[in-house]
Amino acid sequence: MSAHNNGIWSWITTVDHKRIGVMYFVTALVFFVIAGVEALVIRIQLWRPENDFISAETYSQMFTMHGTTMIFLVAMPMAVAFFNFIVPLQIGARDVAFPRLNALSYWTFLFGGIFLNSSFLFGAAPNTSWVAYANLTSSQFSPGHNVDFWLLGLSILGISSIMGGVNFITTIINLRAPGMKLMRMPLFTWMTLVTSFILVTALPVLAVALILLAFDRFFGANFYQPMAGGDPILWQHLFWIFGHPEVYILILPSFGVISDVIPTFSRKPLFGYPIVVYAGIMIGFLGWGVWSHHMFTTGLGPIADAFFVASTMIIAIPTGVKICNWIATMWGGQIRFTTAMLYCIGLLAIFTLGGLSGIMHASAPIDLQQHDTHFVVAHFHYVVAGGVMMGLFAGLYYWFPKVTGRFMDERLGKINFWTYFVGFNLTFFPMHISGIYGMPRRTWTYAAELNIALPNMLSTIGAFIFALSALILVYTIIKSAISGEPAGPNPWNAATLEWSIPSPPPHYNFAEIPTVRSREPLWREEERREIEAVTLKVPDVEPVMPNSSYMPILLAFGVALTWGLVMTGKWWAPVIGLSYVGVCILMWAFEDPFARKGA
Amino acid sequence: MNQSATAVMDHRHPMPGMQVYNLKLGMWIFLLSEVMFFTSLIGSYIILRFAHPDHWTQPGVVLNVPLTAVNTFLLICSSVTMVKAFACIEQGDQKGLKLWLLGTIMIGATFVGIQAYEYVHLIHEGFVPNFAAYTAEGGNLYGATFYLMTGFHGAHVTIGVLCLIFVLFRAMKGAYTSESYGGVEIIGLYWHFVDLVWIILFTIVYLL
Repeated sequence: MSAHNNGIWSWITTVDHKRIGVMYFVTALVFFVIAGVEALVIRIQLWRPENDFISAETYSQMFTMHGTTMIFLVAMPMAVAFFNFIVPLQIGARDVAFPRLNALSYWTFLFGGIFLNSSFLFGAAPNTSWVAYANLTSSQFSPGHNVDFWLLGLSILGISSIMGGVNFITTIINLRAPGMKLMRMPLFTWMTLVTSFILVTALPVLAVALILLAFDRFFGANFYQPMAGGDPILWQHLFWIFGHPEVYILILPSFGVISDVIPTFSRKPLFGYPIVVYAGIMIGFLGWGVWSHHMFTTGLGPIADAFFVASTMIIAIPTGVKICNWIATMWGGQIRFTTAMLYCIGLLAIFTLGGLSGIMHASAPIDLQQHDTHFVVAHFHYVVAGGVMMGLFAGLYYWFPKVTGRFMDERLGKINFWTYFVGFNLTFFPMHISGIYGMPRRTWTYAAELNIALPNMLSTIGAFIFALSALILVYTIIKSAISGEPAGPNPWNAATLEWSIPSPPPHYNFAEIPTVRSREPLWREEERREIEAVTLKVPDVEPVMPNSSYMPILLAFGVALTWGLVMTGKWWAPVIGLSYVGVCILMWAFEDPFARKGA
Repeated sequence: MNQSATAVMDHRHPMPGMQVYNLKLGMWIFLLSEVMFFTSLIGSYIILRFAHPDHWTQPGVVLNVPLTAVNTFLLICSSVTMVKAFACIEQGDQKGLKLWLLGTIMIGATFVGIQAYEYVHLIHEGFVPNFAAYTAEGGNLYGATFYLMTGFHGAHVTIGVLCLIFVLFRAMKGAYTSESYGGVEIIGLYWHFVDLVWIILFTIVYLL
């Protein structure tokens, strides 16, 4: 492995999709811990009625940052970590289509995350919840920089996501190995493709919502201000036209993960592969037609309400189909209960529960009752903290041997899973009850007369068990990375292409690009031998890979810098940042990724 | 796209099913994202305008339609020159490529220049986005949506012109041949898209 060293600079300048994947994961894990601490602060405050652990203002900042961080800085980038590491390996490619752009996506995400969290240093953390409804966000009602940090930080993260989406669509369509037809792709790659399409189409809508908000705040345009002729509901439409597809951006990668993990640990091909693919595409499409179910209480009128009730209930069909397919895959299989498999089964159970409470408030009359209560908090934590995160952790335990060449510790893994499962349910199940009793969301305390002290205490105890589980996870990752049991190329005896190469993979991935003849190439003896003959050998001449580059980190820094300078309020300040960005882009354009060093 | 060009564009990987090279496919996907961006802008405009028709005036009262019509004509011409540049390099005509690229750049820059002149003029008349400072006829939503939509389009044209200058620079160094013209083709795609968007924006912002 000549010319591939391990110093800190080699990581900063890397354009290798595998290293970028690892950096995405580690960064997301750090933000996971931060968001977890914010959640604990919230739970301590809600431990008993009329508690005064933190002020109402701090409480607002905590739940806003917890939600924003979990969605944009944990769930999305953790899925993107797997996109990065796994997808090129699953399709038989040496890297993504645009390696430097990929590095730029990562650094933009990192600086965006730092930008958002730096608001704490100025005592101006966003405090208008992750949905930031107008006209609470106007200069009149939010005069500080809190909302500015939020809207500028999110727009940086949006740029990162769009670049990632473009990259992965191009990669999956164009860089497949010979014979890797669309309907032979592993499900995780399929769901990455669908998710990427949602990314490139949904994030621009958020961008417009944020731009209108920026016009309101910086230029006094008052798009969302009713007293000036604007329309606060416009924000809700734009936000949820982005926001609902966003929830499928979150869940589809996890669906992809478990569609690969369950067959492996059941020793059976995925039941009804085409149907699972089509159901995923269907969810991606239908996800665009349901946004107003977040807005039943705004008074859209019976016709709009009826439409969105129906479309929301329809989307349960492809989701239900998938769940039946996963169960049917396990049916009659030789199931191995590894930690990865436990997380998959956990997802099936918990996501189904979250889906059922989702169908409850898909119905407008019921939603009117449940809107803005802790019942909704329970619902979306069942689908996100239970569904999304469990799927991602299944992926972690499953692919960790591929990434590091070592197994995750299974004993600690099982403890991690069970504390997660118990802690999760103890935290969020009681919220159904406190919600039905009328406990409002986004309110720093509750009255003793509501009779919800018990469920809240249970939730707080659960949250600490949940946090313990997260600590065990972090410990397990570190311990296993250092001293885990060594794993061979295909430790789980899985079927897909990423398991045909050494663990950890060489930096060029495939010594020679293999030819694929079926959906489960490594489960067909003849095909496996044929593939491994080219993938496990050491090449005589190492394949040429693109050079590492400083430009992604420099350019990403410029973007964050420019956005930061916008907040000074001086018109010339962002111009300085823009000039710096311009210089970076020019240097980027003139850099030849394949130039021979010293030539 | 012919086979030899794709081989030059992407020498690391054999081509799978889709006969489009990476940069071109990437540009198409990016334009998909741009479509969503401008659609959201136009959608917001429609909602605001239907809810508050009193903020808008008759066409031509505040905005200078004839001037912008000329500008629109210019931008459409620049699409023609872009096509000519692309056609030239497909034939291996280096001189033609540089000439038509230069033409496209000059027309694009003129478009931005006329838009800047228009902005200065309108701001002077009190046609501004700010609610408090708006003194022109109609209401400030008229001004705010105007600057929002034409501003983002103008930024796209400006970026396009800068990219075209880069492509021209590379063309001067002989970077493109009849076998390998990816840069010209993808900036062409972007340019035509920006042009197309303007035709829609001109219609709904100036004419309706």
